[in-house]
Amino acid sequence: MKCLLALIAAAILVIGAGERRSGYDDASPETRAMQDDDAANPAFLWVKQGEALWSEPDGTEGKSCAGCHGDVTSLRGVSARYPAFDSKRGLMVTLEQRINLCRTNHMGAGSFAWDDDKLLSLSTLVGLQSRGMALAAEPREPYLSDGAALFRERMGQLNLSCAECHEDRAGLSLGGSLIPQGHPNGYPEYRLEWQGMGSLYRRLRNCMVGVRAEPYSPDSPEATALAFFLAVRANGMQIETPAVRP
Amino acid sequence: MVRVLINVPKQMTAKEPFDVKVLISHPMESGQRRDQLGQTIPRDIINHFMCTLDGETVLEAEFFPAIAANPFLSFSVVAEKSGTLALTFTDDHGVTQTETAAITLT
Amino acid sequence: MMLPRRQLVLVAACAVVPRAVATPAEVGALIQALVGDAPLKDGLIHLDLPVMVENGNSVAMSVSVADPPSPVESIHVFAEGNPLPRVAVFRFGPRSGAPRVATRMRLATSQTVIAIARLRDGTCWRDSVDLLVTLAACIE
Repeated sequence: MKCLLALIAAAILVIGAGERRSGYDDASPETRAMQDDDAANPAFLWVKQGEALWSEPDGTEGKSCAGCHGDVTSLRGVSARYPAFDSKRGLMVTLEQRINLCRTNHMGAGSFAWDDDKLLSLSTLVGLQSRGMALAAEPREPYLSDGAALFRERMGQLNLSCAECHEDRAGLSLGGSLIPQGHPNGYPEYRLEWQGMGSLYRRLRNCMVGVRAEPYSPDSPEATALAFFLAVRANGMQIETPAVRP
Repeated sequence: MVRVLINVPKQMTAKEPFDVKVLISHPMESGQRRDQLGQTIPRDIINHFMCTLDGETVLEAEFFPAIAANPFLSFSVVAEKSGTLALTFTDDHGVTQTETAAITLT
Repeated sequence: MMLPRRQLVLVAACAVVPRAVATPAEVGALIQALVGDAPLKDGLIHLDLPVMVENGNSVAMSVSVADPPSPVESIHVFAEGNPLPRVAVFRFGPRSGAPRVATRMRLATSQTVIAIARLRDGTCWRDSVDLLVTLAACIE
C-alpha cells in the first residue's frame, strides 16, 4: 500500500522538467522588496490584529487562544504540516478549519466565516510562525489522489484544468502576466490585485471563477482535497507566509 | 479606528537622520470603482497625514485617491534629543486618529 | 436625416459622459498654477518608479532631492493618465531628516508620472517617468 502511495505521489507531483518555483521567483523586484521588508509588507497589519485576537478571550468558556497555547511562538512548525488529518474526526482539515474547530470545541465560540477578517488575521499569525520552514504536509489517501484528480480535471466555461496553466504552461505568459506554478507556500498572502489579504481558498475560488466554473464551497471535501494536494506538491518548499504577490 | 504599524530603527543617534516606516490599514476607496449593480462606490480615503516630533513638524502630506490601499509611507526624521513622534491621519469624514512612537536616542 | 430608432438609442448611449481621465494638458495646467512665474527646470529631484509595472493597484514610488541648494518646501506628484491628476503633496518641516519620501501609488494605465519640487529659494525642479502598466490576465 505504501509502495503504491509513493508511486502515485511520484507520478502526479512531477512539475514539468525543471525545479519548483515559488511565486516569489516569478514576481517583480518591487513586489519581492515589499515581501522582504516586514515594515513595508501590508500583511503585518493583519499580523498585528492576529496578535491582539490571540490573547482576547472569546466564547462561553471565557478562553483565549493564549489560554491553551501560551505564546504564539509555541506554534512554530504547525502550519507547515497543514492540511493535516484529524484522526479523531476522521477528516482532512485546513489550518482555518482547525482554528474554527478549536473555537467551537474548546472555546464555546462560533465558527468564523471563510472570509472573516479575524480568521485571516489568526491564520496569518499562525502561518508566520512557520516562515522559513519547509512545507511538510503528510501524504494521505484518498485525499492526495482526489486532489490530484481535481487538479487535472477540466472545468468551467473555459474548460481548463489547474494543470493546463500551472503545470503545462507555467513560466509562459497569459496576456502580460507570467503564469506561476501555483504553490501555496505563501498563504495567507497580500495580493496587489485584491488590495488586501486572502487565504488559499480565496485564491482557488477566484481561479475557478476565472475559468468560469462554479467554485467549490468553502469547507467542501473538494476544496480541502485540492488544498491538500497543492501542499504535498509543494512539500519541501520554503514557507513565505505572509507573502506578497501581484 | 484604523490599524497602524510604525517602525523606527533600533538605533537612533542625535542629529543623524533616520527613516520611519508606517503602514495603515485602510481600503483608500478611490471613488472610481463600481459595485455589482453598476453604482459608483463613493470615495473614502485618508486625505491628510501629519508627523511631528515633540510638536515640531517632520512631514505633512496630502493624499489623493491615487495613493494605494493600505498606505505605506517611509520618510526621514532627525532628532536632537529623545522624544515622542506623533502621527495623525485624517480621513474624508474628518475623523482624525493619532498614533505615537517613542524616539529614544542612544 | 432621421436615424432609425435603434441607431438613435445607440448614439444617445454613447453621448452619456464616459469615465473622465486626466490629460497631460490638465496636469500641465496644474503644474503651471503651482510653479507660477518661478523657473521650472528638469533635474535635482529624482522620481523613482518601475518602468514595467506588474500590477497597477500598488506601485512603489519614491521621490528624493539630493543636495538641494536651498531647503525643499514641498514635492508634488501628478499622474497624467489616471482618472484624477493629483497623487500626493509632501511638505517638509524642521524635523525632517532629508527631503525624500517613499509610498505606493495606483496607476490606472500606462502613462507618465511627474514630480515637482519647490525649493525655498523659489526655484522649481521636475522629474518624470514613463511607465507601462500591465493588467491582470485572469479576471476574477
